[in-house]
Amino acid sequence: MTDILKDIGLSHDLAVFIAKLLGVVVVGTAGLLWTLFGIWLERKVAGRFQDRLGPNRVGPYGLIQSIADAIKIMLKEDIVPEGADRWVFNLAPILSVVAVLLIWAVIPFGAGWVGTDLSVGVLYLIAVGSLGIISVLMAGWSSNNKYTLLGAFRGVAQLVSYEVPMVLALIVPVILSGSMSLQGIVEGQHIMYLFAIPLTALIFLISSMAEIGRAPFDLLEAESELVAGYMTEYSGMKFGMFYVGEFLHAFTVALLTAVLFMGGWRGPGAEDFAPLGLVYLMIKSLIAYFVLMWVRMTVPRVRIDQMLNFNWKFLVPLSLANLLIVAFVWKLIPNTNQIDSFGDAAIPTLALLLVNLAMIAVVGILLREQGRRERARIEAKRAVVAQPVGD
Amino acid sequence: MDITAESIIFVIFSVITLGGGLLMVTTRNLFHGALYLMLSLFGVAGLFVLLTAPFLAGVQVIVYIGAIAILIIFAIMLTPQVTQVVGMQNTQWVVAVILAAIFFVTLVSVVSPIADEIGVDNWNADFTVDNPDDVPADSITDMGVKLVDQNHYLLPFEVASVLLMAALVGAVVMVNPTSLGKRTPPVTYDAREESAEDVSA
Repeated sequence: MTDILKDIGLSHDLAVFIAKLLGVVVVGTAGLLWTLFGIWLERKVAGRFQDRLGPNRVGPYGLIQSIADAIKIMLKEDIVPEGADRWVFNLAPILSVVAVLLIWAVIPFGAGWVGTDLSVGVLYLIAVGSLGIISVLMAGWSSNNKYTLLGAFRGVAQLVSYEVPMVLALIVPVILSGSMSLQGIVEGQHIMYLFAIPLTALIFLISSMAEIGRAPFDLLEAESELVAGYMTEYSGMKFGMFYVGEFLHAFTVALLTAVLFMGGWRGPGAEDFAPLGLVYLMIKSLIAYFVLMWVRMTVPRVRIDQMLNFNWKFLVPLSLANLLIVAFVWKLIPNTNQIDSFGDAAIPTLALLLVNLAMIAVVGILLREQGRRERARIEAKRAVVAQPVGD
Repeated sequence: MDITAESIIFVIFSVITLGGGLLMVTTRNLFHGALYLMLSLFGVAGLFVLLTAPFLAGVQVIVYIGAIAILIIFAIMLTPQVTQVVGMQNTQWVVAVILAAIFFVTLVSVVSPIADEIGVDNWNADFTVDNPDDVPADSITDMGVKLVDQNHYLLPFEVASVLLMAALVGAVVMVNPTSLGKRTPPVTYDAREESAEDVSA
């Protein structure tokens, strides 16, 4: 791309600038267009999970339902509540979409197909993720409404605390690949990391689910308690922006799961022909996204104390122990910094898999004990309380 | 001095940093102040990127915007009655102005070559180099190795770790209800729900 521009007589700097600008436009637009299709897909799958048809009126299989919705939402009246902090109120939805689209800048879509291959890619992911929290705060505060404020409070408590296990899980692929760049992590996966570190992948998926604030962690917009949480006062396209941001964030999490744990664009023939890598990446992301939808449609919402307890008393210690054990085992295996082919990776992967299975077994036993104790405690209490009623 | 793309970007980020800082101290609205603070910190992250220090830029955003500024906003939101500051709350502004001025003069004189030019010796810290070497491509690995190398920064690194650990333990001790003696532990959801639900069951 840069070469073509240079051939028609542009200077090097200008050519690079235009090429990057085009890349930004293409990636940003692709992300937003994908949202239209993705929302249809999500509604269709949700319909099947709940034993109904989903969108089926507009176009074949309801395919252009999203476009109809988009037009409707753009034509709606834009309402700014009285006493709202206008600037902050208008800025929040934009920030929520921007924070997600910024992540797409570092995702490798194929061999050599990456916006910028940042050497600190993983760090960048975490940094950009924290911008999303600000948009929740801004929306909740500026709406001048108690429900939105409550939603924002819950949201920040949730997002800040689930960032801890997410970061601890992100470090593990970095250790294994010896690189913080996402392209480097993809290239390090001669065997998908999913097979070497399934526990880490699970921790990442759970904490990301909380990060994107979807069921079962949709406390920040729990419609039965808080109307719609921090976005209660938004209407028209501004609500649409939040909706798009939320969907895109969810899909980006699936994309990241595919990149970090499922080998990204890697697959037969993908190194020579980059578009094939994009196809592989999309298939892998859709598999990960299906898992996200699956959980969303089947697990009921958790309470706020359960949410925080689950994080601080279970997920954080688990991810810490996981990080320590994986790093230790990785150091014990010889020649891990010279893995260059499938054969090299086989033995370390097998060793890590065994360690991971052992960890999962220990966690399972501990959880069973915990559940048994909890049930016994409630049973004991119930017996005492129920007696006078029975008399 | 010719204008390069780099200098334009430097000016943009400088304006963001300084403008954000100025707006932060002049606005009467505490919440806006916190947002301007974030803007200013974001500008600093941009300057780090310009200095080919992407790691520091990332850490800047994570620590300052993602953690500290969010905590500040959280504190502001929990105290809605002070969001709109109507007037000055105390009379420390004279001291503050003097201290800020001294700090500014010291910092500028140490960093920039002004001190040498007006004839003060051994004051300039020689931070500014006329023709700097290229930044090594793999500066992050370099930094990581030096932090755990006993010939470099192992001791400061470990001391900082112990300090952070002490702060962490201190925070846990402070919020532990049993160590406070007089204060009663907060009512948990458990206690409320079991008494309400189980009786009806």
